[in-house]
Amino acid sequence: MIVIFGIFLLTLLVITAIAIVRTDNLFVAVMLMGIASLLIAGNFFLLDAADVALTEAAVGAGISTVLFLSALALTSERERAKSSNKLLSLVVVAAAAMILIYATFDKPRFGDPGAPVQTHVAPWYLEKTPEYIDIPNVVTAVLGSFRGYDTLGEVFVVFTAGIGVLFLLGSGVPLGSLPQDKINEGLRHHLIPRVVGRVLIPFILLFGLYVQFHGEYGPGGGFQAGAIIAASIILFALLEGEQRALSVLSARVLLGLIAIGPLIYGAVGVAGILLGGNFLDYSVLSSNPVKGQQLGILLIEAGVGITVTGVLLSVFHAFAARGR
Amino acid sequence: MTTLLDILSWVLLTLGGLSILIGGIGALRMPDLYTRMHAASVTDSMGAILVLVGIMLQAGWSLATIKLIAVLLFLLLTSPTSSYALASAALLAGTRPFEESVQDDDEGQE
Repeated sequence: MIVIFGIFLLTLLVITAIAIVRTDNLFVAVMLMGIASLLIAGNFFLLDAADVALTEAAVGAGISTVLFLSALALTSERERAKSSNKLLSLVVVAAAAMILIYATFDKPRFGDPGAPVQTHVAPWYLEKTPEYIDIPNVVTAVLGSFRGYDTLGEVFVVFTAGIGVLFLLGSGVPLGSLPQDKINEGLRHHLIPRVVGRVLIPFILLFGLYVQFHGEYGPGGGFQAGAIIAASIILFALLEGEQRALSVLSARVLLGLIAIGPLIYGAVGVAGILLGGNFLDYSVLSSNPVKGQQLGILLIEAGVGITVTGVLLSVFHAFAARGR
Repeated sequence: MTTLLDILSWVLLTLGGLSILIGGIGALRMPDLYTRMHAASVTDSMGAILVLVGIMLQAGWSLATIKLIAVLLFLLLTSPTSSYALASAALLAGTRPFEESVQDDDEGQE
């Protein structure tokens, strides 16, 4: 049954992808990309990868759609007529597809228990997580503790991406210098979205915090929570106008958030060294190694969440400021 | 009692499925965007409510039912909002309702 459902979702995904390629209306393409992300998220969920599904749904279907739309607001809605050689691109795409299909022949069968991915380090993680860290969600244990270096790298990738966008687009015009008529009113005159948004935003924020702090017990963690919290504030900005959102969380605060996240993460790592352990070894943070691991994961997840929120909101405001 | 609940739940599920089917046919067959949205809203309102209540009867008093109630509340809040946003965006983009568009076409031909 699940296999049939997965094939159904993947078929829809192929149809959506073809539709994205075929349309020359960029607005339609952005909406279809959102649908594609949601379909992929559903597929991840079917494969029991709930953590990844949450991220994909929040970032792919939610925030990147908003970012694409704000980029579209700066350009035109229609794609320019193509002048490239269609036959050449078809040949290139077909060749790449052939190579990829050929590569799948060597892959183990779907769900094969003897596949390298099931026999390499995964059994060790599953076996040792209750002993070393004692949290139910092994994904969080792997991400936060066993592979803490990788996650530190990811946080710095997000950090660097945020800084890069701010360097390219600027962090926006200061609020005070803006003439009154240029201030974006958002959807304040539309009663229904405004009322519904006001009801939903607190719950979305609450869900974001739940995902943040429940990540050790259920699907979730800093990346997902950061995306969800950023989405709720972007929703607020769309409904009440960008200026109102900036007066709640100003650009300076957002810049601070971007920097604080990696700092917290790095500080936890350095604290491990100072207390006599290795970099990012949380066992020494508390007298009980297991409690120390849990504390370390909680702290670094908070750092991840803060960075992701700050970067996503800064990027959104940077795009919105270009439209003024 | 369980049989009664089972029958009731399947009646609701079937009615919900029918509503969704009707909504789908309407969305394909109706002449313009606004009437299509009207047909599709049957899926959102009647279809979703009937199917979810049907599943709730299957689940009984459990955590699943509370989650389903949350899903239902969320759908009841968001689907009118998205319909409103769609209709308002269509109106802003200059899509006119069916009858006027026919008149426009006639004028164009004359």
